[in-house]
Amino acid sequence: MNIRSQISMVFHLDKCIGCHTCSIACKNIWTDRKGAEYMWWNNVETKPGTGYPGKWEDQDIYKGGWEKKGDSIQLKGAGKFKGLKNMFHNPNMPVLEDYYEPWAYQYEHLFEAEEGDDQPVARPVSLITGENITPKSGPNWDDDLSGSTDYARNDVNFKDLSPAEQEAMFQLERMTMHYLPRICNHCLNPACVAACPSGAIYKRGEDGVVLINQKKCRAWRMCVTACPYKKSYYNWNTGKSEKCLLCYPRLENGQIPACMHSCVGRIRYLGVLLYDADKIKEFASCEESELVEKQKSIYLDPNDSEVIKAAKENGIADSTIEAAQKSPVYKFIIEWGLALPLHPEFRTLPNLFYVPPLLPTMAFVENGTYETTSDSLWGAIENSRLPMKYLANLFSAGNEKTIEVVLKKLMAVRLHRRDETVGDLPEKEISDPMGEVKMDKETANEIFRLTSLPLFDERFVIPAAHREEAMEMLESTADVKGNHGFGFKEPPKRGL
Amino acid sequence: MTNQFLFIGLPYAALFVVLIGTIFRYLNFGFKVSSLSSQFLESKELFYGSRPFHWGLLFLFFGHLIAFLFPRSVMLWNSVPIRLIILEVSALAFGITACYGLFVLILRRVRNPRLIKVANKMDIVVYLVLTVQIATGLWVAVSFRWGSSWFASSLTPYIRSIFTFTPDISAISSMPLAVKIHVVSAFTLIGIIPSTRFMHFLVYPFAYLWRSYQLVIWNWDPKKIRTSRKLFNGVRSRNN
Repeated sequence: MNIRSQISMVFHLDKCIGCHTCSIACKNIWTDRKGAEYMWWNNVETKPGTGYPGKWEDQDIYKGGWEKKGDSIQLKGAGKFKGLKNMFHNPNMPVLEDYYEPWAYQYEHLFEAEEGDDQPVARPVSLITGENITPKSGPNWDDDLSGSTDYARNDVNFKDLSPAEQEAMFQLERMTMHYLPRICNHCLNPACVAACPSGAIYKRGEDGVVLINQKKCRAWRMCVTACPYKKSYYNWNTGKSEKCLLCYPRLENGQIPACMHSCVGRIRYLGVLLYDADKIKEFASCEESELVEKQKSIYLDPNDSEVIKAAKENGIADSTIEAAQKSPVYKFIIEWGLALPLHPEFRTLPNLFYVPPLLPTMAFVENGTYETTSDSLWGAIENSRLPMKYLANLFSAGNEKTIEVVLKKLMAVRLHRRDETVGDLPEKEISDPMGEVKMDKETANEIFRLTSLPLFDERFVIPAAHREEAMEMLESTADVKGNHGFGFKEPPKRGL
Repeated sequence: MTNQFLFIGLPYAALFVVLIGTIFRYLNFGFKVSSLSSQFLESKELFYGSRPFHWGLLFLFFGHLIAFLFPRSVMLWNSVPIRLIILEVSALAFGITACYGLFVLILRRVRNPRLIKVANKMDIVVYLVLTVQIATGLWVAVSFRWGSSWFASSLTPYIRSIFTFTPDISAISSMPLAVKIHVVSAFTLIGIIPSTRFMHFLVYPFAYLWRSYQLVIWNWDPKKIRTSRKLFNGVRSRNN
């Protein structure tokens, strides 16, 4: 057993209101620079939809992630042979058109325009060439456009649905949508790390954050192809790739990442998970139907005395183990089994988990239309508006059973809370769904509490980073007191 | 005098600059060492430019290197006419491939306003030197036949004399103009490596071939935290 700690996250999709505050917080701190304008380390997409960059989930186009080969796995579009062969021109790399051409409006013109017959206007100009352009796409161009021909109908997750089922989803009466906020998953088996020829990308041992060493990156661009979530971006100005760094300077100070701090819907949870690093390869190579369960079993119980002992032997600090015991993420993923990884079939073992949305599935269908007149508030999960298959393609590699169990649990909590607060439902209507998913009232109340009324410190449990100890190893801290040494020693300027 | 400047002075200056310059740039401006790929801004034309250009140059480079390192083996190979012809034709083919690639790349750069934005002054020098280098190379290949043989017999001794610090320019002085330009531009190309995007081929990621796919780096060894009871000198981690 080789225990490591990993900062992990849960996003509760029922709570996401699609306001993009997270994206803006991230943009203001990290990517508001030349060459990074088009990067959205955090983005929010509307599902069904194509996302950002367009059709990122379609690995027939982008060849991201891992694929099973025999008993093992290999990178789909990169790796030692393919990567070095495609270095001169990478056929699977998304280009600017797959994202969008960043632009700004010439607001100065409103003030500085010469006096004339016409009102001055602020024209959009390209942030790359400086020329006038007409913006035709943007990072959230698909916002709320579920059912549209350009976005929803090109959603890759419809691939297993019958044409009739698909068509039904585009009817106005049956249309459904939910938001999907995405950041880097800081995977246990990251494809970007494996694909980087320079060895510039690495996973931090202490907290599992995946980072790109800007000094070692040589713009071979393989990470952009390899990341199946398209969360590694190429900076066209500096000639270096960049990605979400989970605000690690903030984490080390005990602050939470900006996207999570600013989240209006309070959908985000962050905490530590302990996992067994020896199992990564084996579990990433398992059968597709087992991926979710196997990944869950890689995370260890932080209250188990054996695990604690092994963790201490591996040098994991007591404060980290304590944080792991209080981790809200552990509760959602393992204890309650409510959160699932996004596209586990990419086999990167992502560490960002989602509580799948129940609300678009609410209410059932009769005679092909959305039933609004029934006596019962909730329809059966199986008859929901959003086909189970669609959610299964997103969160459980196509396994509908997994999704169904999660949704039934979420439903049981709702029914229980209705019983507690209103008390108008017959006993059987509550005990049956609760019994079906084996949930007791205490657990249901706990889930309700952490979902609806959690305090800041309950949503985010960050272990101390112990940077002071790391520093002790490098130099005598008293000798360098009063000096400064933070940030770029060399300005991040494009080379010749 | 001109010959001495071009074939002794220039080579030594170029080799000195490349040796000191690349190390200096790598150590002091590591951030600026990048292949500066522009594929993100334009991908289709790059395919028709970059691939032929790079593969062409790669084979030509190793061809020249082999003729320099093993001249006798090359002469021996060329002693059978059909083998000589195969070598010459394939060298010419790679030359044409590289030339075509460069032509597409230059055209692509000039025509696309996005790519002009990310070009710098040294890129013009790079294109110029490469054009002269490949053009004279093709000129030599077409006009002065069986270059692989006379390169091995006449030019290899000259280049070897440079590296052994006993410069002998008698052979090169009597060469045709095309060959002279080819040699001068070759040393110019070497000399500008540290101040241009040529830097990127010096950081070709060979280490990737034998590295394990996953890379985990610890800022410190958690088992070796220094305490008051356990004092020792730390080891700076690889990413610091």
